[in-house]
Amino acid sequence: MKVRVHVSLKNGVLDPQGRAIHHALEGMGFTGINDVRAGRLIELDVADDVTDAALDDMCARLLANQVIENYRIEKVA
Amino acid sequence: MSFTAAVITFPGSNCDRDMAVAIEEITGGTVHRVWHGDAVLPDGLDFIALPGGFSYGDYLRSGAMAARSPIMQAVVAEAARGVAVLGVCNGFQVLTEAGLLPGALLRNAGQHFVCRDVALTVGTSRSLFTGGYFKDQRITIPVAHHDGNYYADAATLDRLEAEDRVAFRYAEPVNGSQRQIAGVLNEARNVLGMMPHPERMIEPAHGGSDGRVLFESVLRAAGVTA
Repeated sequence: MKVRVHVSLKNGVLDPQGRAIHHALEGMGFTGINDVRAGRLIELDVADDVTDAALDDMCARLLANQVIENYRIEKVA
Repeated sequence: MSFTAAVITFPGSNCDRDMAVAIEEITGGTVHRVWHGDAVLPDGLDFIALPGGFSYGDYLRSGAMAARSPIMQAVVAEAARGVAVLGVCNGFQVLTEAGLLPGALLRNAGQHFVCRDVALTVGTSRSLFTGGYFKDQRITIPVAHHDGNYYADAATLDRLEAEDRVAFRYAEPVNGSQRQIAGVLNEARNVLGMMPHPERMIEPAHGGSDGRVLFESVLRAAGVTA
């Protein structure tokens, strides 16, 4: 089973990387960009019997730092 | 009984020897070098130090992998027993990732790696690490980090201040840290994480010895003779 874990910074947490990307895009001449937030995509290939609870535990204990990040689990196939 | 310390080395630690030398020279005690894959710490420790560096290449998040390494369970247990635990730079990141300290360390607000001496003010003298300083004392300690931008939510920051748990603050803009926080204590005041490197400022040849006081404080608090 393929699983994608989307990790994003919580609202209100400063994102210097996103800000630098924003700045670079504007420097390239793109306009109308209100905000840029950079996150992380982690793709897992796991056995079919890995439970939702186990996936959630992986995210909560390692893949995301819930002090600063949110996560969303997406099962691809 | 003499002062006994452990310095943990993770793959990618690079300040572990400096830390061990500083502790040995200042305390005159025994310093055990402990590998991250070890499951147990030596008996009778007075002090555990997590050094700076780039453990596991900063993969995932700075300190994230190291915080889940086998030795950290032993460090968490010793911290719960009241042993003094210091995390410097990457060691601070490891302590927050391990849940021993609140908050997180984000990329510096200016995006740049910052490597220079910085002015700090001592936030409290009420800890095993800061007893030899006085509150509001201005000291100079070098920093060298990319992810030193301390973040915690407002309620956590308010609580840290109300409980007198901000050990050090930057006296100048350095990395965008919330409320200029450079170092924080846990609730029991026996775990300190800080981005500046006290082990790099322990003798005149380093440009100053303001960091020396921290190790002297730990030695005095341990109540053992060197």
